[in-house]
Amino acid sequence: MAESPLRVLIVDDEGPARHRLRELLDDCAAVLPLAIVGEAQHGREALDILHSAPADLVLTDIHMPGMDGIELARHLLKLPRPPVVIFTTAFHQHALAAFEVNAVDYLVKPVRVQRLLAALQKVPRLKPMTMEKLTQLPASARRFLSVTERSRVVLVPVDEVVYLKAELKYITIRTGQREYLLEESLTRLEQEFGNRFVRVHRNCLVARDFIRGFERRANDEGDAHWEVLLHGIDESLPVSRRQQYIVREIGREAMNGAAAA
Amino acid sequence: MLPDLRNLGTILRILVAVNGAALAIALAREPRLPLVLAEWARLTGFVEPHLFAELAVLWLLQPWLAGRRGRVAIAVVTLVTCAIGIGADALTPRMAGDVPGALVRHLVFALAAQFLLIGYFRLRARALSPAITEARLQALQARIRPHFLFNSITAVLSLMRSEPRRAEAALEDLADLFRVLMRDNRELAPLADEVELCRQYLDLEQLRLGDRLVIDWNVKSMPGDALVPPLVLQPLLENAVYHGIEPLTTQGVLSINIFLSRDEVHAILKNPYAANGARHQVGNRMALDNIRERLALHFDAEASLESRVTRDAYEVHIRMPYRTHKPATAGEAGTASPQPDGRADRGTQKRRQSRGQRPLPGTPATRIEPWLNHPSAS
Repeated sequence: MAESPLRVLIVDDEGPARHRLRELLDDCAAVLPLAIVGEAQHGREALDILHSAPADLVLTDIHMPGMDGIELARHLLKLPRPPVVIFTTAFHQHALAAFEVNAVDYLVKPVRVQRLLAALQKVPRLKPMTMEKLTQLPASARRFLSVTERSRVVLVPVDEVVYLKAELKYITIRTGQREYLLEESLTRLEQEFGNRFVRVHRNCLVARDFIRGFERRANDEGDAHWEVLLHGIDESLPVSRRQQYIVREIGREAMNGAAAA
Repeated sequence: MLPDLRNLGTILRILVAVNGAALAIALAREPRLPLVLAEWARLTGFVEPHLFAELAVLWLLQPWLAGRRGRVAIAVVTLVTCAIGIGADALTPRMAGDVPGALVRHLVFALAAQFLLIGYFRLRARALSPAITEARLQALQARIRPHFLFNSITAVLSLMRSEPRRAEAALEDLADLFRVLMRDNRELAPLADEVELCRQYLDLEQLRLGDRLVIDWNVKSMPGDALVPPLVLQPLLENAVYHGIEPLTTQGVLSINIFLSRDEVHAILKNPYAANGARHQVGNRMALDNIRERLALHFDAEASLESRVTRDAYEVHIRMPYRTHKPATAGEAGTASPQPDGRADRGTQKRRQSRGQRPLPGTPATRIEPWLNHPSAS
């Protein structure tokens, strides 16, 4: 069986770093058949390239504007055939401890050609990383949520999300325009994004920025409850009895905000 | 030996101490509490003219005194105190109730105050001198993020094959940068040197970041001979790049504005600010605290560092006194080194180009200035 070349994508926000990796990969090409499918400056660009030019390996920097390497790795897992990810980083040991513990592959910059070659030779035996491992890494909250639609990864900017609602085994993401279906845990999302969302119900997180107000409504049996009114969309969501305290809390914050302004 | 008698902090300390002592004496002499204030006012009314005259004379003598040995300086200050005491006594009209020997009593008080204050400033200098060493160490540790070093080396490596000459220049910049970071940074150094260091540093950043980084230099009217603490600007630029430029996917402008205004050196650094960069703010505050501390050690109350966030920019404003010769700072406590330059007229010094002929008080002659033999001033 003829070996097909290893397809590699380079992701780094610094031009010289991408250039250097390309040079080193060219050196490795003498020993190992490989093809560079492209270069991206940040995570989003990498996902765009991968939709038209699939790769077996993504060599990505960690610290990048727009979308960092760890977030990119998480979104890559949504691809039908996720590539192997190897991080390249100039971070010092302290930050890399978490990588060691979770056996995540990385190369330290400046990268040595021998190390790179060894990593490339390992790739066919490597499995894509698991979400489990990735969430253990020291990363800040994601900037995007990602869903798979027709084998493409669609990115939903977190700051456009109006609410997240758990329904059966999926979470509905609601933005001003439309809905998406996400397969994640609401509790995990609540932990990851902290103060951005507020839990109004056992199954629902609402973005604070999109809360327009609250309204008291009575149902058919005459029991009154609060409803959250939203900016941008003509929907309202019920506040559960247990979460009622947030109505007063957010109301107070709004008053303080108005007083300060 | 003596404190910097032109420093606002020193002058304020002297004023507070002498008036505090007058209050203590008033309390001791006047048992009726409501009248203590009147007594204090009477005492300070008598003491204040002496004090202001003395401070004024010492202010004039300061550059000359700074060049003297400790003992000579103290003897001269003692003479000034006595002369002012005798002079003031001669000018005061005699009154019927005057007790003879008032002059001697006043002189004893004045000299006691003088020696207590000299003793206090000496102790203070001694207490602060390890602090300066400590600040220097901190300066070394806080400076230069490892990721900058390794990314710069990667950038240099990327040039090796295609543009070896640029690679050479970049390595030289890197070497110069680290020479400054590793040397003894206790002494004040000319502003022109600090700005040159900043240029070399930003050249390296430019290499890494390409056209993502735009630098708006505004230093044409800066006083290059002003003495400033080393590494007072470079760490701030490093922060500006790290927090302001690197998080952007688009282009960002870093503006540097240094000028002289009413005998004060102002440096204003501005960079774009992204509100969600909260996780990096700790590092930034550490750098600001470090610089603020070193400014305080060198200039006391005469320097300040302020930072503020506007809608989309972050701005740091440093204000320092315009000095062109080395005052006797706390850092020199115990080393009564002669200062060949101290006695020269301040005005002529201002005009002099200090670069290359900068006196290095208290340092061995073997010290080499890092950028004197640096040919590529690109």
